[in-house]
Amino acid sequence: MKNLRGFPSTVILWVLAAAYIFPTAWFVLSSFKPGFELFSLPLTLFPEDWTVSGYATAWDRFDFQKYFLNTTIVAVVTTVLTVFVSAMTGYAFAKYKAWWLKVFFICILATTMLPTEVIMPSSFIVVRDLGMYDTLAGIIVPSIITATGIFMFRQYFSTVPDELMEAARIDGVGEFGLFLRIMLPLAKPIAVVLAIFSFQWRWNDYIWPLLILRDPDRYTLQVALRSIVGADNIDWSVLLSASVISLIPMVVLFAIFQRQIMSADISSGLKD
Amino acid sequence: MSAPSTRMAPEPVPLAPTRIAARRRAHPSRTYAPLAFISVAVVLFALFFVWPGALGLIYSFSDYRGVGDVNFIGVENYTELFADEEFYQSLGRTFIYTALSVPAHYVVALGIAMLLASSLAKGKTSARVIFFLPWLISPIVAGVIWRWLFGESFGVVNFLIRELGGEGLRWQTDATLALILILIVGTWGSTAFNMLLFIAAIRNVPKSYLEAAEIDGANAWVRFRRIQLPLLAPTSFMVILLTTIGSMKEFAMIQALNAGGPGTQNRLIVQYIYQTGFERADIGYASAASMVLMVILIVIAVIQMRFQDSRRDLS
Repeated sequence: MKNLRGFPSTVILWVLAAAYIFPTAWFVLSSFKPGFELFSLPLTLFPEDWTVSGYATAWDRFDFQKYFLNTTIVAVVTTVLTVFVSAMTGYAFAKYKAWWLKVFFICILATTMLPTEVIMPSSFIVVRDLGMYDTLAGIIVPSIITATGIFMFRQYFSTVPDELMEAARIDGVGEFGLFLRIMLPLAKPIAVVLAIFSFQWRWNDYIWPLLILRDPDRYTLQVALRSIVGADNIDWSVLLSASVISLIPMVVLFAIFQRQIMSADISSGLKD
Repeated sequence: MSAPSTRMAPEPVPLAPTRIAARRRAHPSRTYAPLAFISVAVVLFALFFVWPGALGLIYSFSDYRGVGDVNFIGVENYTELFADEEFYQSLGRTFIYTALSVPAHYVVALGIAMLLASSLAKGKTSARVIFFLPWLISPIVAGVIWRWLFGESFGVVNFLIRELGGEGLRWQTDATLALILILIVGTWGSTAFNMLLFIAAIRNVPKSYLEAAEIDGANAWVRFRRIQLPLLAPTSFMVILLTTIGSMKEFAMIQALNAGGPGTQNRLIVQYIYQTGFERADIGYASAASMVLMVILIVIAVIQMRFQDSRRDLS
């Protein structure tokens, strides 16, 4: 009886799932087709001749090591800084009271309504005048503060009982020691979730790298990919393989942290 | 010179404030510690939000081109902007896109989350991973994937339509179809994140409410409409607000999908700002457009917050 009742939901769910996976599946399978087969009719889902020649060409023609290295530097450095700055700021919001903390909290809230894309001409001038044009620092530094990260930590630290802090203070632990040695280790689960999110944001970032980087040697993956798509005659064979290669790190990250990502209660941070 | 002394003078007079001050002085670190904790964020906020905001406002009254001096030209940029048909076209297209994408993103993400949270459907764990995959894919690659799928002469979608005896649709050269495609890709890409928000919220709806309603004879639709949906209101508000802002600033995915084409017909507002500011190097004019967009976003945020507040008052 129960099986029958669940039947329509199961069918709807899997029809939708098939629709969601099809574009990616078609794309990945196409990347294993040889160049001539990509456009030869009738199109087939599976390659008739499996080949990695597209990958070989893409890897040769495209300085992947460099783009991977640049993107990894940006994503890792920004993530470490984002987690640390968000933890400090969120902790101050959760555990101290002062009028200027409230004012700054509202300022941070406002940044969610006004993303930097909106004021990119002047943001670009600011980064340039700080001497960070065409450097990886020019992408890293402006991306460090995120309201989401700060709210996630604030929410978490406000659930930590004040008695714990008082006990530590009585034992003579200073305010900074309290944060570094007691609070920060407690917040490890939040730090992991934010680190994953931050890594994804920065790995897939496009608009800042596009504005800030001029020298192709410093391109991140997304900007480099866009330069293939932007060409008058798109070389699909290279583009397909290059795009698939660019996805690998995120897929690996997801495979490792799937549990943390899927159960992440990001809403707690966003809702406040 | 006398200012500091007059400010110091009244301090020792009343008794109570002194005692409070003394108590606070016993823990000076508790005042300074939070200041130190937020200092980095304050500096970054000032550098990358306040400064560009103020600078943008200043530039919007100038003909600054990125180099040389800033010459002020009054409100000329704004008068030119309000007479610029291309600006209205971009802004109008952005509004149409946002008006369509907010309900689409909302309904699809909520529907999938309900299916995944229901106890009836089979294979939910794998299905959830499938729905989540687009989150891993960057907007640029998402654009490329769908461009490959919807190519007019080589895409598999038109191939299938032709196989079924139809005629290939003009996904790239027809402005309306191109916008529909943008809408589909946007929805596909954003489902993962919104779905996670909804799943977490649906799980927080107390089971006892639903069971009680079931005993009272409420069918699934009534239970959804009368119990779950109202309890999901805060999450719904969040998703709608974030989707609105996200749609207003859509850029990267469209760049890879069709670059705002055909022509400039699907050029949304951020792309317009990008092109005037960086391709035409007209920072002053682009800043004026930025300021208009900023005002629009503030108005949208305030309206949505008001709406949220009034709903909370009612319930």
